[in-house]
Amino acid sequence: MATVTTANGHASEHHEVGSNYLNARKGVLSWLFTLDHKRIGVMYLAGTLFFFMIGGILALLVRTELLTPAGDLFQGDTYNRVFTLHGAIMVFIFIIPSVPAALGNFVLPLMLGTKDVAFPRINLLSFWIWMLGTAFLLYSIIAGSVDTGWTFYTPYSSDPQVGSQAGSAIIWALMGVFILGFSSILTGVNFITTVHKMRAPGMTWTKMPLFIWGIYATAVIQVLATPVLAITLLLLTIERTLGIGIFDPALGGDPVLFQHFFWFYSHPAVYIMILPGMAIISELVTVHSKKNIFGYKPIAYSSMAIAIISFLVWGHHMFTSGQSELASTVFSALTFAVAVPTAIKVFSWVATLYKGSISLNTPMLYCLSFLFLFTIGGLTGLFCSTLATDIHIHDTYFVVAHFHYVMMGGTVIAFLGGLHHWWPKMTGRWYNENWGRFAAALVFIGFNVTFFSQFVLGSQGMPRRYHTYHSASPDLKAIFTKWHQVSTVGSYILAAGLFITLFYLLHSLFRGKKVAEKNPWGAKSLEWLTETPPIEHNFHEEPVCLHGPYDYDEISPDGQGAGADEDDDSPLYLDKKTEAKKAEEPKAEEKKAEEKKAEEPKAEEKKAEEKKAEEKKAEEPKAEAKKAEAKKAEETKAEEKKAEAKAEAKSDDEADKDKK
Amino acid sequence: MSAAHGDHPKFLQHHFHSAEQQASASKLGMWLFLAQEVLFFGGIFVAYGVLRFLYPETFLAAHAYLDVKMGAINTVILITSSLTMALGVRAAQTNNQKQTVLMLALTILFACGFLVVKYFEYSHKIHVGLVTARSFSATGIAGSPHIFFSLYFAMTGLHGLHVLVGIIVLAWILMRARRGDFSSAYFTPVENAGLYWHLVDLIWIFLFPLLYLVK
Ligand code: HEM
Ligand SMILES: [Cu+2]
Repeated sequence: MATVTTANGHASEHHEVGSNYLNARKGVLSWLFTLDHKRIGVMYLAGTLFFFMIGGILALLVRTELLTPAGDLFQGDTYNRVFTLHGAIMVFIFIIPSVPAALGNFVLPLMLGTKDVAFPRINLLSFWIWMLGTAFLLYSIIAGSVDTGWTFYTPYSSDPQVGSQAGSAIIWALMGVFILGFSSILTGVNFITTVHKMRAPGMTWTKMPLFIWGIYATAVIQVLATPVLAITLLLLTIERTLGIGIFDPALGGDPVLFQHFFWFYSHPAVYIMILPGMAIISELVTVHSKKNIFGYKPIAYSSMAIAIISFLVWGHHMFTSGQSELASTVFSALTFAVAVPTAIKVFSWVATLYKGSISLNTPMLYCLSFLFLFTIGGLTGLFCSTLATDIHIHDTYFVVAHFHYVMMGGTVIAFLGGLHHWWPKMTGRWYNENWGRFAAALVFIGFNVTFFSQFVLGSQGMPRRYHTYHSASPDLKAIFTKWHQVSTVGSYILAAGLFITLFYLLHSLFRGKKVAEKNPWGAKSLEWLTETPPIEHNFHEEPVCLHGPYDYDEISPDGQGAGADEDDDSPLYLDKKTEAKKAEEPKAEEKKAEEKKAEEPKAEEKKAEEKKAEEKKAEEPKAEAKKAEAKKAEETKAEEKKAEAKAEAKSDDEADKDKK
Repeated sequence: MSAAHGDHPKFLQHHFHSAEQQASASKLGMWLFLAQEVLFFGGIFVAYGVLRFLYPETFLAAHAYLDVKMGAINTVILITSSLTMALGVRAAQTNNQKQTVLMLALTILFACGFLVVKYFEYSHKIHVGLVTARSFSATGIAGSPHIFFSLYFAMTGLHGLHVLVGIIVLAWILMRARRGDFSSAYFTPVENAGLYWHLVDLIWIFLFPLLYLVK
């Protein structure tokens, strides 16, 4: 059981009772200029979800066009613009900031037990830059719309004579993505620094929740890969406007160089997308099965391994571009290597579920969906990275299905799971659980119907980015028509599930039942220690971390997967409230009496009293009797622990300093 | 923040425990930002490498049209400015406000000098038509010299923008130094601005031989 904290230095911040980060300040400006990571996270959440919807509607248009072999809904040009916009919005505006900047911003400092990210102003700046970049990208629609696909391949994108690149649309789009990149870099810089420098006392690297590890690995890629995209897009913009002859073959440039540059960023970028999804799964799979994670370190280190390998495999997008066979072979082999850390994670999650006490609530349903869908996505990645098969399936619907299984089936599903998991903490309201489960089922079914059929389409040779297929041979046309129709119907089911989700979440904001507890899931990580919704400065007192984030050994009776910590009964986190804090809480009258006592100099006795009172208040209905017995012993132990933890944290700091 | 924080120094932001934590966090943040800058310029250096590999003779022939003397003068100017910057940081650390201000002002002066020299170089190149590919009009150089000059403008232009940003940042630091914000207890902003300035300097140290001294 987890509860709160100790007096140290930063005593008494005065908080009104019932005041939280949502209502502490009022007015639109108090949001737009807030430095509070929680509010910035919420703004990112609203923004990214909105664009998820826009991108989704564009996708429905694409699917509807493909319902019949003829091009009846759109002209070819329009179709190209629609899918380009869909891809660009989904990748650059939605997925990349979705988990880190929205959920991560909210959760990361809370999990670390700190008051905010290291650079709150830069955090706000990154949100403003995100809005600016989004505005640029959207303005490209008015300026004529881009039809290059989200990959902006040269010479198509660099030649002012071709297609809709004649106007300035491409420049607006390129600058939009360029600007969005800065937002992503700033988030990355902020999170890396926060993880290094802001952990609560006692939170060593291996006591961090795995969510943090995932976001940390993501941030490393954000900082190191995004600038390469930035320079690439900048060069392309100059190429398109002034002509520099770097990418444009007409001027002596090398268009394949652009592909190298682009994928040097964009392959790592797919890990910017999936690592945060994986990070969420590590939380969901433990909390909702009440099991310690199987293989903490392998999962943590595999995130880093993935981050590193991801920089070395970009050439697998270019097997058919004419790059040398040797290069292709090496890239193919390295790509297989990515599957190893990925599989380590998947197996560890499955092993975590084994003999767990699994609650099939909405977050867990999304978590299980992820395990199915991501595994399919990852395995089909191996088909793509095998040279001989890729020649066949490259640029077909097979690839489309593959990356939707990882990006949508992986990241978006995990994002939805995380959203439902942290929603009560963020908003202080419950969504309707039955609707939640129903929608999760619809999403799962709709997703598979939509995208599994695309594997079939691709394996039969249906190319991607075509708006008609009426000129295919009659047999093929029959096959294509059938599976395209299946896929389109699936996309409607998927959309229904997502819209239902939107409605019940919005509904819960106004009508949802208030969340009464601090820790409704009985989770162990620090974000559940604070009030629901959190107070403005996160914690009344700085928490001290004593144990790992998944210590559910009491719950798992046979000790399976237990953290094997010597002392099973000690509390996870030390949490004594200061007198000041207590005085504010108008609850029970006992309190007042206690407070008087508290003034007495006998510190030890006082603390014992406080503990007891607190224990009474504890909402979690857990083995009270047993606890009470263990109490006395525990207290002294806990005290020692805290001191230890502090000392440890100190020596950590010193070690840091020494390094310098 | 409440009165409980009255004993904290003014520069300490409320979410940090101590001045040391704040300083080490902002320095780490700065190094990460610099890493990002290195990769940013890394991209354009790779483009240079690839194109030079494709057009070795052109690069050799075209580079002769750059003014080595001006490039060398600018190199000296930037290296000197790095020295004054370092002295400025030192002065801030030792509570020497007057010297901090002086050194920052000198650094800015050198930076402006660099841009002035660059301005003369650029206007001459533009005048004779040694410019980016699409408007290239000079004659007499074998191969595809426009690629070399495109790269020259792209690389030095990006670097020049960084110099300009540096001037703005340093001016802001200078203003704060005059106001007396910095002391031996708090000088991270000066130090971070210095780190940035050294990087800008370092990039030029690579640009100069790659563009002006092709062999
Ligand atoms: C086991 C891991 C994975 C492997 C082995 C793998 C392999 C590949 C290969 C070889 C391709 C190129 C196919 C082609 O164009 O012919 C590809 C495409 C793609 N993959 Fe993966 N992948 C993996 C995981 C992921 C993940 C996690 C994501 C995103 C979250 C992702 C997103 C994409 C995207 C977006 C494309 C298509 C890009 C485009 O052409 O528009 N992949 N993958
Ligand atoms: Cu890839």
